[in-house]
Amino acid sequence: MSLAKRIIPCLDVDAGRVVKGVQFVDIRDAGDPVEVAKRYDAEGADEITFLDITASSDERDTMVHVVEQVAAQVFIPLTVGGGIRKLEDIRTLLNAGADKVAINTAAVFNPGFVQEASDKTGSQCIVVAIDAKRVSVEGEPLRWELFTHGGRKPTGIEAIRWAKKMEALGAGEILLTSMDCDGMKTGFDLELTRAVSEAVGIPVIASGGAGTLQHLAEGVSLGRADAVLAASIFHFGEYTIGEAKTYIASQGIVVRA
Amino acid sequence: MSQIAIIDYGIGNLYSVIKALEHVTGPADRVFTTSDFGAIAKSDRVVFPGQGAARDCMQALRAHGLEESVLEAARNKPFLGICMGMQVLMARSEENQGTGCLALFEGSVKYFGDHVSVGTGPGSYKVPHMGWNAVHQDRAHPLWEGIAPSSYFYFVHSYFVACEDAALVAGTTDYGLAFTSAIAKDNVFALQCHPEKSAASGLRLLQNFVDWDGEPGTR
Repeated sequence: MSLAKRIIPCLDVDAGRVVKGVQFVDIRDAGDPVEVAKRYDAEGADEITFLDITASSDERDTMVHVVEQVAAQVFIPLTVGGGIRKLEDIRTLLNAGADKVAINTAAVFNPGFVQEASDKTGSQCIVVAIDAKRVSVEGEPLRWELFTHGGRKPTGIEAIRWAKKMEALGAGEILLTSMDCDGMKTGFDLELTRAVSEAVGIPVIASGGAGTLQHLAEGVSLGRADAVLAASIFHFGEYTIGEAKTYIASQGIVVRA
Repeated sequence: MSQIAIIDYGIGNLYSVIKALEHVTGPADRVFTTSDFGAIAKSDRVVFPGQGAARDCMQALRAHGLEESVLEAARNKPFLGICMGMQVLMARSEENQGTGCLALFEGSVKYFGDHVSVGTGPGSYKVPHMGWNAVHQDRAHPLWEGIAPSSYFYFVHSYFVACEDAALVAGTTDYGLAFTSAIAKDNVFALQCHPEKSAASGLRLLQNFVDWDGEPGTR
């Protein structure tokens, strides 16, 4: 026996409300992050990730209040990503009850920020989010490049080398999203997931593309991920977290009962 | 009615511990954080959290003049140590080139990397040990009441407690080796995992602590 593989639902939050349509039959207000988080907790989610997609920096404080409210009622690990640029942003979120923060763009512009954050708060609090896209052409060895700004801006940085660098600077975990698969519901980019999982000694969360329960299991079995993150397959009530765990366990993977 | 003191010595964030305890207590109970010797002495039960490195924890306890206060509470009222709050109850930690701790119990705190193969391949383990793992209950205890054997709890740590006294062991977890994840003696119970982040099992344990008379008891 060992650590359970984690199932992590991800919620996009804009100005304090869950967006991208979360539809549960028995929830009165599916836009309320507290209600949605409570529901996922009750279903057996191992962790919840909130992605703050608030465009206006004036409304950044709203996310802090969301975290405070969720952390007062939901007692599982919480990760918050989106717009984290300063040490103060991290401290504020951790004090509000977040357990980890996910750093993405700020790490690209200033890799030293990851080291500074890790030194001050401990690597277990620092997740580095990597958005990767396949750039190799047919016949070439597989190669992925790091993108920023929601996959719009290429960086010229090779994704696996970047993951190793982030580990060396003190990242405690990698949240790996395939920009090719995200939203496609065709499954994770298993080659990317496996390549990164085998390259680093820190946990890797597979993200982007899960459309079926089999995809979730494959992220772990073939992609060698420590955790799988998904949004839409849970939001729309296609599957509950409990159903996902039952299926994944049936594939011989250890999950928290 | 119970006055529950969470010892605040400036190490880490206590929000989740406070909220989880508030969640399981009634309106007549009071959950508060304090670094005051008198307030700790007057409280009915004490929660001793902790995170970060052993040396920082011990330095912070000394800076707040709380070493004796913690030991005093651990001698005479229901006492719950969490994470580093468990580790520093031992005699010493190997962290930071060796750190002397509170020495309430015999035993030391060791680094996983010295005892398991660290890495990503089969038979290797990632350090820190982070995530949900099963806690096997080595013996009956009032704090295990209503919690199924081998329930999952949430862990985040790189060092583990190695007990010298097997009678202390109340819980064991496997991570490359079987390590002590809970200890109990008289009115003291301490856990390596985070009950405040361990969903229903963790809340039940905190509820059991709030209801506990401090007797080791049997189930």
